[in-house]
Parts: sequence; structure tokens; C-alpha cells
Amino acid sequence: MDWLLNPDTVTQKFVVMGVGIALFVAVMSLILFLVDRPKRIPSWVVAVGFVGPALLLIAYGLLRPGLETLYNSFFNRTTTEFVGLDNYVTMFTGAQFQKVLVVTAAWVVLAPLVSTFVGLVYAVLVDRARFEKVAKTLIFIPMAISMVGASIIWGFVYEFRPDQPGIEQIGLLNQLLVWLGLPPQQFLIGEPWNTGFLIVVMIWIQTGFAMTVLAAAIKAIPDDIVEAARLDGLHGMGMFRYITVPSIRPALVVVLTTIAMTTLKAFDIVRTMTGGQFGTQIIANEFYTQAFRQNNQGLAAALAVVLFILVVPIVAYNVRQMRRSEEIR
Amino acid sequence: MSTTPPVPTTNPETEDTAPVKERKLTRLEKRAIATKGRLTSPWASLTAVILAILWTIPTVGLLVTSFRPEIDIRRSGWWTVIPGIFTGETEFTLDNYDQALYGSGTGLSEVFINTFVITIPAVIIPITVALLAAYGFAWIEFPGRNLLFVAVFALQVVPIQVTLVPLLTNYNNWGMAGSFWAVWLSHSIFALPLAVFLLHNFMKDIPRSLVEAARVDGAGHVKIFFRVLFPLLVPAIAAFGIFQFLWVWNDLLVGLTFAAPEYRPLTVAVAELAGTRGGDWHILTAGAFISMIVPLIVFLLLQRYFVRGMLAGAVKG
Repeated sequence: MDWLLNPDTVTQKFVVMGVGIALFVAVMSLILFLVDRPKRIPSWVVAVGFVGPALLLIAYGLLRPGLETLYNSFFNRTTTEFVGLDNYVTMFTGAQFQKVLVVTAAWVVLAPLVSTFVGLVYAVLVDRARFEKVAKTLIFIPMAISMVGASIIWGFVYEFRPDQPGIEQIGLLNQLLVWLGLPPQQFLIGEPWNTGFLIVVMIWIQTGFAMTVLAAAIKAIPDDIVEAARLDGLHGMGMFRYITVPSIRPALVVVLTTIAMTTLKAFDIVRTMTGGQFGTQIIANEFYTQAFRQNNQGLAAALAVVLFILVVPIVAYNVRQMRRSEEIR
Repeated sequence: MSTTPPVPTTNPETEDTAPVKERKLTRLEKRAIATKGRLTSPWASLTAVILAILWTIPTVGLLVTSFRPEIDIRRSGWWTVIPGIFTGETEFTLDNYDQALYGSGTGLSEVFINTFVITIPAVIIPITVALLAAYGFAWIEFPGRNLLFVAVFALQVVPIQVTLVPLLTNYNNWGMAGSFWAVWLSHSIFALPLAVFLLHNFMKDIPRSLVEAARVDGAGHVKIFFRVLFPLLVPAIAAFGIFQFLWVWNDLLVGLTFAAPEYRPLTVAVAELAGTRGGDWHILTAGAFISMIVPLIVFLLLQRYFVRGMLAGAVKG
């Protein structure tokens, strides 16, 4: 039965997939069969049948590991010796780690702001335009691509060739510089701008998300408000500033906070494009390095906990805004 | 900028006919829109077109490059093919794909199977579990219901990084580390809080009278779930299904942490290529496109459902 755990051939892999799905269906059917005796068993047993599997999985795979990580963050690199807050102190005082925090902050501030701004502008521009659907799809496509794929795409845009006669640039951005008569640049190496060029990739991905949510919000602005504003003589920028933006404020907050959370947790771009070298390291990637490369479990746990702590206020703000906007409605 | 020639041709069209289609407009409104159009439209369309081009060109560059012969890729930029297209001088080839899929050291064809085998159960399992849980939270009375639901909702916040090391230790102890089972289980767990929350929202929108009527007819919870609610939830299931499909297919962190090298998904393999063969753009471009093609097709075909799911997720929670 070893091949169920370690399939070798393609056929075996597919068989394992089939077995996995079949097993899952069998277990779920059994649970439903057992609780499906109307009137004879109390309702809380039925509830356990329906809600139990999800709660069990969440408790096992999210709650317990989360608490364990919190606990481990107070221990040394092999989790054998209690070290108190040492890991956190290292994180906030070491020069190397402080830089990681600053770079992460740049990501969390810039990526949401720029993608939301561009997404909003684009949503307003193409609203009710002739090619609205196509125009939206073009901007939205990066959402379907993996961040690894996006990193390759942009790595190619940033590709650098030494500035020598007979050598042509093959990266688009450097070719543009050459056309303008400027020397080509190693975009991913020069600090601190390389972080900016990495953030561009995240902006490229997230703008589609911002645009879609905001476009839906703009469509939901009542026609009579727009009409009244027009009668009052508002056009173009005035309409945008005094009608559109205030009307979609809740959606704006949701978009900003959602992108901020995604940005905080994502390590794919940095890992694929620079591996965190050249001063581009962020918390999410530093966590991976410490946990699986340096095997410093205590520090890795502390980094994960800080990641969690940073997410909480963003979510709290998000939920509060949501409540408020629902009260108004 | 050499990238803006199409602008003059699109401008007048947008200006003339743009806003008049969708709903009936009053004469006043038409005039207002026309005035607005005349004032802002040329610049607005120009900006929109430039943005659309900026957003599309990096992907186009990758796609074009992946079909060029290796030697051409090393010598010149992909944009140099443009004049050659008209004269027929440009050469295109599938060699890069052949090498990426079947070459030694890359072998993405097998990795492609891995991604597929990982993704299908990692979509089916969490949706099923979440559907049942959402039903339980919405339509079965039991003590502590609200508290538990809020807890599930709150756990969406937990970044999966927090869970990785303890889970991996667990899998190691059980001897299932690196297997597909570990990857499926992890993906399913990480998807659950959002899935339960989203499907619960959809389920709450179903009129209570429908469920009550079925109950009066003597139907148990299982019957109500399958006969009454499930058919109505198909769009919601599709929306979350596509969402989860793209998430799993495009995931790097879970695959990297839990899958053994021989079961690694495409994202992991392509990221590896970027590290080890960073200058070999013929392999990288083809490899990246191989990893992107399925989500692109799924996305373009089912965009409507995906957007619906995303809006429900974003605007509600």
C-alpha cells in the first residue's frame, strides 16, 4: 500500500487522487447517513454532523498550530529552551531586521494605495464606455496569473544586459532607456529602488481587483444623485471628487485593507525575483528563510506572530467600516 | 513612446456612441452626458488606452518570446519581431515548449500532472465540508451557534505562515509528510474559514419559507440540504469553486512547504527554474506560460462567476 503515499507513475497519481476523493465522499456520506434520522435524535447531534467536520479541521489545522507557534516564539532556535521575549527583541533591534520591517512597511503602504488609485481612475474612465468589458478584462487578467508567473513576466521586463557595443537589450524597460539615450540599469539590484520595482509587480496584479470592486460600487451609485449633481453643474473632475469618491467610500476601504493584507502575507514575488537579496527582504519571506533554511524555529515563530499581529488591526478597521456602512443602509 | 499608435482610431468611436446603450435616458441626461463626453472624453479615453496597453504589454512580451528560437531571444528583444511579421521573416518555434515540458532537468509535463492532482481534491473537499458547515450554521439551532460562527469568521485572519511549522511536524510524525494527502489536507483547512463564511452568506439569502415548507412536509436536514438548498446554491458554489481553483493552482507557499520534490506543483518548479536558470529566458518564458495557461482559460471562460465570488467576498467580509 506504499504507493498510496508515494505514487511513482502518472497513473498511480491519478488513482491516488481518485482514492482520496472516494474516501472523502464515503466519510461524509457516512456522517450524513448517521445523522439523518428525523425526530429520533436531538438536534445538537445533527448539528455536530453538519458543522463538526469543518470545526474539527479548523481547530486542528489553524487554531492549534497557531497557539503552538505563539508558544514557540518564546523559545530558542530548536524550541528546547525558554528565552522569553528574546526573539522579539532581536527582530525589532537588529539592524538587519529593522530594515526588513521598513521594507515591509513600504510594501504595505505603497501597493494598496497605488493599485487602488489606478484601479479607481480606470474604473471611472471605462464606466459605460464602449469597450468596457474588454477594457476591464485586460486589466483583470493578472489576477488569474500566479505571483510566480507575474514575477517571471516582470523579471523579463527588467532584464539587464551590459552596456557594450554589439549587445542589445532584451528587457523592454532597459530598451526604453536606451532609446531615450540613457544607460541601462540593473533594476533589481540597486537599493532602495529595487523594492519599488518589486512593488510594481504587486500593483500590476492587484489593480484589477481594485478596479472590479470599485466599478461595481460606482455602478451602484443611484442615478438620481448623479443627475442632481449634473443639474448643479458638476462635470468630470468635480463629479469624481464630490460625488463618486464619497459614494464609494466603504468599497474603497475594503479594497485598501484587502490589498494591504494580501501584500503583507505574500512572499512569492520577493522570493522569485531577488530571493530577498539586495535589501529587498520582507517579513513573509524572512519567515520562510528562518523556518526552513536557517532552521531557527523560535525566530520564525516570532516573525509569524508579528505577521499575525500586523494583520489584526487592518481587519478590525475593515470590519468596523463594514458595520458602519451597513448601519447607514 | 512607441506604444501609443492605436489611440487616434479608438478615440472618436468612444466619444460618439459610448454611454447611450444600456438604459433609457431622458433628453436632459443625454445632453448632460454629451456635454460631459465632449469635455473629458478624448483625454479620458487616451488615459484608459495607455493604462490598458501598459497592463497588457508585459504578458504579450512573455508570450511572444516563448515562441522565438533560443538564439534570437539571446540576441534581440521580442519587439524586434514586429516588422518581421509583415515580411514573413520572423521565425516562430515550439522548441522552447518541447524543452520545458520534456527536457531533462525541467520536465514540466510531469509537474503539470502534480498540480492537477493537487488542485482537484483541494477544491472539492473544502467546498463540501464548508457547504455542510454553512448549512449547519444557517439552519440548525444548537447551543453556541453564534459564538462558533464568529470564531470561524475571525480565524480568516490567521496568516497561514503561523500554522506551517507545527503542521509539518505533525505530518512528519504521521509519516504522511510530502505526500499529496498532506497538501490536500493543508489546502482544505486553509480554505475553510472563508468558504464557510461566504457560503453562509449566500445560504442566509435563501427565503426561510422554502426551508420551512420542506420541514413541514417532513423532510430531514439532509433532504432539505440536497433537495431544496443545493440547487439554489449552484452559482455560489461555482463562484467559490473558481476562486479556490485559482488559489490552489497559483499557490506557492503550501506547495513549497508540504509537497515532496517529486510531487511539487508548477509554481514551485517554475520558481525553481527562475533561481537555477535565471538567464535561460527560452525555458523560463515557456515554463511560465505553461503554468499560466489553465488558470487563464478557466478565468476567461468563467469570469462572471469569479467576479461574483470576489465581490461577495470583498464587499461582505
